[in-house]
Amino acid sequence: MSPFNNDLEVPDGWGFVQTIDRRDFLKLTTTGLLVMFFVEPLMGRGSLELPQGGRGGGTPADLNAFLHIGADGRVTCLVGKVELGQGAMTSLPQLAAEELDVPLSAVDIVMGDTDVCPFDSGTFGSLSIRQFGPVLRRAAAEAKGVLLEMAAEKLQVPVTDLAVEAGTVVHKTDRAKRVTYGQLTEGKRIERRLEGRPALEPVSAFTIAGKTAPRRDALEKVTGKAKYAGDIVPTGALHARIVRPPAHGAVLATLDTSAAEKVPGVRVVRDRDLVAVLHAHRDEADKALGLVKATYTPSASTLTDATIFDHLVKTAPAGDTPFRGGDLAAGEKLATSVFSETYRKGYVAHAAMETHSAVAAVENGKVTVWAGTQTPFPLKSQVAAALGLTADKVRVITPYVGGGFGGKSASQQGVEAARLAMAAGVPVRVVWSREEEFYFDTFDPAAVHTIRSGIDAAKKIVFWDLVAVGSGSRGVEHIYDIPNHRTVVRGGWNGNPAGMHPFGIGPWRAPGANANAWARESQIDVMAAKAGMDPVEFRLHNLADARMRRVLEAAVKAFGWTPKPGPSGRGLGVACGIDAGTYAVNMAQVHVNKATGHIQVVRLLSVQDMGVVVNPEGAAQQTEGCLTMGLGYSLAEEVHFKNGELIDSNFDTYQLPRFSWVPKIETVLLESPNLAAQGAGEPAIVPMGAVLANAVFDAIGVRVHQLPMTPARVLAAMKA
Amino acid sequence: MKTVSFTLNGKPTRVTTDENRLLLWVLRDDLGLTGTKFGCGQASCGSCTVVINSDAVRACATAVGDVEGKTVTTIEGVATDGRLHPLQDAFIKHAAFQCGFCTSGMIMGAYAKLLKDPKTPPAEVLKELEDHLCRCGAHVRIVDAVTTAAAAMKGGAR
Ligand code: FES
Ligand code: FES
Repeated sequence: MSPFNNDLEVPDGWGFVQTIDRRDFLKLTTTGLLVMFFVEPLMGRGSLELPQGGRGGGTPADLNAFLHIGADGRVTCLVGKVELGQGAMTSLPQLAAEELDVPLSAVDIVMGDTDVCPFDSGTFGSLSIRQFGPVLRRAAAEAKGVLLEMAAEKLQVPVTDLAVEAGTVVHKTDRAKRVTYGQLTEGKRIERRLEGRPALEPVSAFTIAGKTAPRRDALEKVTGKAKYAGDIVPTGALHARIVRPPAHGAVLATLDTSAAEKVPGVRVVRDRDLVAVLHAHRDEADKALGLVKATYTPSASTLTDATIFDHLVKTAPAGDTPFRGGDLAAGEKLATSVFSETYRKGYVAHAAMETHSAVAAVENGKVTVWAGTQTPFPLKSQVAAALGLTADKVRVITPYVGGGFGGKSASQQGVEAARLAMAAGVPVRVVWSREEEFYFDTFDPAAVHTIRSGIDAAKKIVFWDLVAVGSGSRGVEHIYDIPNHRTVVRGGWNGNPAGMHPFGIGPWRAPGANANAWARESQIDVMAAKAGMDPVEFRLHNLADARMRRVLEAAVKAFGWTPKPGPSGRGLGVACGIDAGTYAVNMAQVHVNKATGHIQVVRLLSVQDMGVVVNPEGAAQQTEGCLTMGLGYSLAEEVHFKNGELIDSNFDTYQLPRFSWVPKIETVLLESPNLAAQGAGEPAIVPMGAVLANAVFDAIGVRVHQLPMTPARVLAAMKA
Repeated sequence: MKTVSFTLNGKPTRVTTDENRLLLWVLRDDLGLTGTKFGCGQASCGSCTVVINSDAVRACATAVGDVEGKTVTTIEGVATDGRLHPLQDAFIKHAAFQCGFCTSGMIMGAYAKLLKDPKTPPAEVLKELEDHLCRCGAHVRIVDAVTTAAAAMKGGAR
């Protein structure tokens, strides 16, 4: 039966607190207990940065509060992270409820509102729980300490005699002595700064966190009530469609908007390089855009998705050598078999189902931008810079985000909406078309890996020499027990020479680690096959890392893996990866149609050690998402292009995983109580390319050296 | 300009507009029903799926004039009399979504199948969803949700 009442009201503790509907939100926080944030010691390196120039607006005391307890006893978490589908809006309140000893339903959460939430550099890197979780827990523990002290004073008893039960402070023996959190904070304004390190509840004592909680976004998402940026409609808002070039590197030569201007209801707006047609209805704006006549000088780029690999090797910087040890030449002398292989992978799109969307409105000199973004605070700075405003004159509000995967770390659409709203004098909605989404996407970069490696007579890996071009250093380290090794990384996210990539690249779920694991774990299998060893046994034979051995052994058990050297004809594959502090092993079974080259995945297993698991159901969802998304880049996803022009710019040609591709998925999260919570949103996708390539090899004895493993590539590899 | 009359989520509705305009944007921009999502604009993602009479249809490729005299159901109209539809219950129960952007379309696609025949086997319902994309990879849970809902409806739940 439905857990909801007859009006389908969103129950307490569900959904978002939509702060814009509560102009009194700041008023709300003028009484009650606020726990403020103190930067350095709590945050550690690289997690949350110092607020840049403050958040402006609001009263100074409201800056940086990330927990509020009101007179009604309700707890509000104020979190700069955003809800992308990863479930942070469900799991973060679990942590607060846990530390404060209040029911989960008494906790609200506000996310991604730059006027209300403390600064946050962005929602990426599987950090929501890993790094923000401990901060929120400390804030909650601090609040509980304060409330206990206040209760002791009010009840005239020593603090040690008190305990908290569901938001009420109760005397341990004289239970008539009690006072609620709400009664304690009522009519008062209390501020606390987080400076010390309050004792945190031991993970083993968790009663709320560590258990599955229903997703707070569930009711809104299944009833169509969930608001995404493109669903926000300020009064008088117009849709904008922006005039765009046909190819990267094409330059506008002539522009004639006169035909569009004649259409009733259409406005043409220009702000320097930005030209847009505006209309109240999106489809009419689309039509008007079609009337704009623009000509361009063609792109100078001559690159294609086929020539890009040689180009990358030619243009990538000389690079760094982040890992080296032993003596390569000496290692090679010990080798009885030497392997020299090259692995390639194309550009992959983020392709979130929600295209980049933003709505901007200007009121009394202050710009509010509702944006589907992973980075509301950086977007606020970008908008301020683009409009020449001080930061306090810009507010970014992040409603539900329809998927990010790294692609919404860049939020150009928010700046576009703000510029056009300013220029037009009316609220403006910018919802990119799917074609714009592909055009401006910051793709997962194409990559080329060359690996030379060798094993000795004892089947030990004696040397490893890897050059990774394009994919950066995340997860590039070999994880095995190899005495003589060198890892060279040429090109990554920063410092690439201009023109190395013909369009934007950027972080894509576990940035670069997918390509790095694909090459490494393929090479390990190549060696295992030559050694005549089962690929799991070969890995264990060459693996010293006890944590990875445990995960691999758990995978063997969960999968029912029986050792057999490849190719065994069974179509089984294994691959390992480390990402965001989590150790992941994937196993797969595939069928390969030798006539068509089509790969059907029939079984997938993921085993992970991710430390303490805050919301097991959420972690399982993320893992399933990783494996399913991983099918895409492994089997089909690749952006085709020619001379700066994208050949794939919508889902008619760019293939995402579908129901018929998705096999049975098993997820195992190992108990790991002594390790703090690690990332859950990315690690399981990392081994996907290799686990499938290895399974294909096991099935048909043929190795595919390029992702995605399309039917044509499988057939070509069979012929080679 | 033309006045198009149809039944929308059980209510008689009239819109006066160019009848060639797209149903998706009339729903979203003129009628304020934003639960129906835009994902591709070319009938290849399923995000904008609504039910016309008892067929799942891509609103991004349907002219509003085509619904004259017909019954249109959007995600906002699936729960009736203050009660969630078994599909919505099942999507919540199985957490069959992450970002939720594909969810409206997924539910509407399955809803159409089960509306035509509440005894439709889950595998048939899923065939309908083959052309619905979900980037978050919620597929295995959507399969579970559809299976649960189909079983409930076969057992007489509405
Ligand atoms: S928006 Fe209609 S099918 Fe994609
Ligand atoms: S839940 Fe995000 S696209 Fe399906």
